[in-house]
Amino acid sequence: MTTELQDPRQDPRIIEYDVRTDEMLVNMGPQHPSTHGVLRLLLRTDGEIVHEVTPHLGYLHRCAEKIGENLATPQWIPYTDRMDYLAGMNMNLGFSLAVEKLIGMEVSDKAQVLRVIIAELGRIASHLVGMGAYGLDLGTFSPFLWAFREREIILDLFEEVCGARLTYSYLTVGGATHDLPTSITIPPGLASLTKLPADTTLSWTDALLKFLNWLEPRIQEYHTLLTRNQIFIKRTAGLGILSPERAKSFGCTGPVLRGSGVDWDLRRDGEPIYTRMYEGYEYEVPLAPFEAAPPEVVLGDNWCRFYVRMMEVVQSIGLVRQSIERYATAEGPFRETFKLNTKLPTDECYLETESPRGQMGFYLVGDGKAEPLRARAKSSCFCNLAVCPPITEGNLLADIPAIVGSVDIVMGEIDR
Amino acid sequence: MNTADIHQALLEQFGSDVITGINLETIDGWIEIAAESIVEVGTYLRDDERFAFEHLNNLCGVDYCEPDPKKAKSFNHEPHLEVVYHLSSYTHKHWLTLKVMLPRWQGDVAGELPEMPSVSEVWAIADWHEREAYDMFGIRFAGHPNLRRILCPEDWEGFPLRKDYEFPLEYHGIRGR
Repeated sequence: MTTELQDPRQDPRIIEYDVRTDEMLVNMGPQHPSTHGVLRLLLRTDGEIVHEVTPHLGYLHRCAEKIGENLATPQWIPYTDRMDYLAGMNMNLGFSLAVEKLIGMEVSDKAQVLRVIIAELGRIASHLVGMGAYGLDLGTFSPFLWAFREREIILDLFEEVCGARLTYSYLTVGGATHDLPTSITIPPGLASLTKLPADTTLSWTDALLKFLNWLEPRIQEYHTLLTRNQIFIKRTAGLGILSPERAKSFGCTGPVLRGSGVDWDLRRDGEPIYTRMYEGYEYEVPLAPFEAAPPEVVLGDNWCRFYVRMMEVVQSIGLVRQSIERYATAEGPFRETFKLNTKLPTDECYLETESPRGQMGFYLVGDGKAEPLRARAKSSCFCNLAVCPPITEGNLLADIPAIVGSVDIVMGEIDR
Repeated sequence: MNTADIHQALLEQFGSDVITGINLETIDGWIEIAAESIVEVGTYLRDDERFAFEHLNNLCGVDYCEPDPKKAKSFNHEPHLEVVYHLSSYTHKHWLTLKVMLPRWQGDVAGELPEMPSVSEVWAIADWHEREAYDMFGIRFAGHPNLRRILCPEDWEGFPLRKDYEFPLEYHGIRGR
């Protein structure tokens, strides 16, 4: 047998010649720690560069809208908890307001003030997780633990109010299920943080004030740990840039929209039934670009979105303080009566509220029955996730978690 | 601008063949648009400075149908599908609801999906919302770049949010009830 001298490229034994610089498909998720739940991102990569991102959703789809068509409206409130499960209170509020708009119900001053306290506290808790988990996405662990220490106290306070720590179903049609407690034993976490005796008894609002006094100076520590940390800035600044035009076209809302410099907050610009809750409060809407930003930061990048959330926490603390003052003198019942079998009018309405992750909308069509003909939940994260493919393309594989994390999605809300 | 003013302006621009109706008796009020003209109307509403509806808040389907013959008598709607568009403007802070009426099945042939133009060129987010409407109601959006199911698996059968949807008894060996 003669061995002929062949072109080595044709020799199947020399595999080095077989290496091609082709594109490769990489599945990120559905069990990836930085996809925030069960999201699968299909990445088309060329080496380290990602050319195309295709999100595949629906892993957490629980047919919430179909269930909503078969339940009376107050019965659907526990299902709204499970949409954005990190801000269940805000979901309850959005849906309750939509039902109130449909049936034309006015809630008392006291219920409105109570709702502001609870909703803003929910916003703080949600942004704390958003911030902590974002640190985790970027590889720093401490902010996550710190954020959860703080959030724990808020959950303790929520537990005192309604008995639940995650799925509250507290704010309901007409107001809230209970009034704020007048006397509680101090939550153990708060007692150890504030060095108060464990058997201290105080009112719920006093406990909340003690917590806020403790939380407010801690915000600076987060800025030291993340916002002004050089490593953090290198990972976030100038990446995932979302232009205002694109943000508008993709219907982005909440911190994602304001991080791109669009001045829009439903607490101020929304419909009267929602904005009247916030009338007379002093607060600002944090908006990019920021003066405090490091020079590397570009309008609409990861850092801007992150910083909007951090500043919103400060504003929410201020709002809670003001609403506690109002609560002492607010009049009226904490809940208007709404019977389970109340027939909805043959009418329809759509209402969006500013939940921590953006504008959560509920569209209800009534048809003379207690159950709505159509109960639609428009998710804010759904739209915010839709913008991820265009802003991630062309980036490095390692930056995908940094960009998707900065959008701060919760899959429970996207899949419903 | 309120819904009545916008309706008047749209009538002047497009005529009553395109702007087929208005209802001011509901809480939000809505304007009915002929299905084939939704793209032109949407582009006009977005680009004209008087309206500047840059934000598509929500796009969803609604199925008006009562499959139970006993209850059908008290159901006061003709069976049909609606596609509802909720728009808002950042500059003028006004809101608008548009509706497109579609038959439940194209030409009343069961299984033939109704079709209408896609507005994903007008508002980018409509891409995903229309995929959801297709997934849940079986409405085809002509000109959509990627009309696939979004929440349900690709091989799912039926359109779950239609009123006459029958729950599957089995899916890949998983029992339904």
